[in-house]
Amino acid sequence: MSAHMNLTLKVWRQKNDKSKGQFVTVQANDIADDMSFLEMLDIVNDELTRKGEDPIYFDHDCREGICGMCSLVINGRPHGPKYGITTCQLHMRSFHDGQTIVIEPWRAAAFPVLKDLAVDRTSFDRIQQAGGYTNVNTGGAQDANNILIPKRIADEAFESATCIGCGACVAACKNASAMLFVSAKISQFALLPQGQTERYERAQAMVDQMDAEGFGNCTNTGACEAECPKGIKLTNIARMNREYLGAKLFREEDIHG
Amino acid sequence: MSKSKPVLSSSIGKKLIMSLTGLFLCMFLIVHLIGNLQLFKDDAGLAFNKYAYFMTHFTPIKVVSYLLYASVIIHVIYAIVISLKNKAARPIGYASYDGSANSKWNSRNMGILGTVILVFLATHMSNFWWKYHNDQTPYIEYRTDLSTGVTTHQEIQAADFHDYSIVSENGVEIVKARDLYKQVDYAFKNVGLVALYVIAMAALAFHLIHGFQSAFQTVGFNHKRYIGLVQFIGVWVFGVIIPILFAAMPLYFYFR
Repeated sequence: MSAHMNLTLKVWRQKNDKSKGQFVTVQANDIADDMSFLEMLDIVNDELTRKGEDPIYFDHDCREGICGMCSLVINGRPHGPKYGITTCQLHMRSFHDGQTIVIEPWRAAAFPVLKDLAVDRTSFDRIQQAGGYTNVNTGGAQDANNILIPKRIADEAFESATCIGCGACVAACKNASAMLFVSAKISQFALLPQGQTERYERAQAMVDQMDAEGFGNCTNTGACEAECPKGIKLTNIARMNREYLGAKLFREEDIHG
Repeated sequence: MSKSKPVLSSSIGKKLIMSLTGLFLCMFLIVHLIGNLQLFKDDAGLAFNKYAYFMTHFTPIKVVSYLLYASVIIHVIYAIVISLKNKAARPIGYASYDGSANSKWNSRNMGILGTVILVFLATHMSNFWWKYHNDQTPYIEYRTDLSTGVTTHQEIQAADFHDYSIVSENGVEIVKARDLYKQVDYAFKNVGLVALYVIAMAALAFHLIHGFQSAFQTVGFNHKRYIGLVQFIGVWVFGVIIPILFAAMPLYFYFR
């Protein structure tokens, strides 16, 4: 038997990217504690729709913790009060009857609010497009394991590659810095042989794009690592710094004419 | 992927500046502490005043001291530049923000801690550096009987002091020096100043507990085998031992 609860939501409502938003208080009644946080919002939206009001707009897609869409800051924490999960993996049993829950969008200049709780994260896409790729030859696929990679390197690269680009690192950071995201993307390629061709250009291009998007500077508080639903480590940022500074100071190749 | 920006205008480049100037200032703290431990010597400041003369007149030390002043200024300027950029990166803040759930207080408040240290530095420089360099300290003469090793000392007037000198005549070594030790003794009779110094050292401790290991992270040094050592040094040497020994100096003069 699941318990039911009544909650007070203070939700950020904003008509569009041009308008000024504000907090609106909404009641969420008869919420089962087995529901996920997003299911709770679905119930609230059903009620709002029935009453002819505009439902609360929020991003979501897979609802199994791998797409990185559900970008909600809940009571001052990205993805809510638990560690290592996305909002869709957060259940209402983490809250209690009568609680007031403040729900806000990611806050960053580089993540403008589109409507209510949904933000525009295409700045991440542009960073990725600036250098987060490898060039490969067309034609028949190589045999598997043609390129030898030590297991610990493969594992480390895989750890970095688990980043889902949700932006919780930016949301959690007091400086709205994107360095955990960018460093995970740089690391994943820097570690593997397939990423070597563009290695040093990549670090420079992605960091330049990150700066151009208006993200803040990392001050190593570690908030990003603590809030990352995928457990991306701060060591990635140290690696990015090495890659970038190494590229700038020692590896920027020009043809000696 | 096209030609990229110069290193120091980038976010990581600015952090590098913060990191290197910060680490340089950390190195200075060690030297400054070791020299100042001579304040605890019960010799009416003979060793300390000799040391003060050496530190202000030996050319390589003077060169390093100018680098030091530059480092403080650059560290402050870049801190302001970076902080402004960080503020601009989040124009609308959170209505509810639970910072303590994911990061330590001192790591989020390096600017406040740094400001306390800067206020202290200005006070500290005007208390001692300015007075020493502008003839505002008392003068002292030490007479050491070279056969018995007994030292006596007396304050002398400005008219009797020409320059720092060590002369030996008739088996007596006479040292004339600016008495910075006396100035220290005098300054630390002021309870307000003692309180400021102790508070500033507490701020320094929390600043460096985060700052020292943060500087290594910024230059890209986060190696599994050595990071424990870096964190240990950051916490125990720069966060505990050095600030406590510095704070002990005003307390020693106030309570003795």
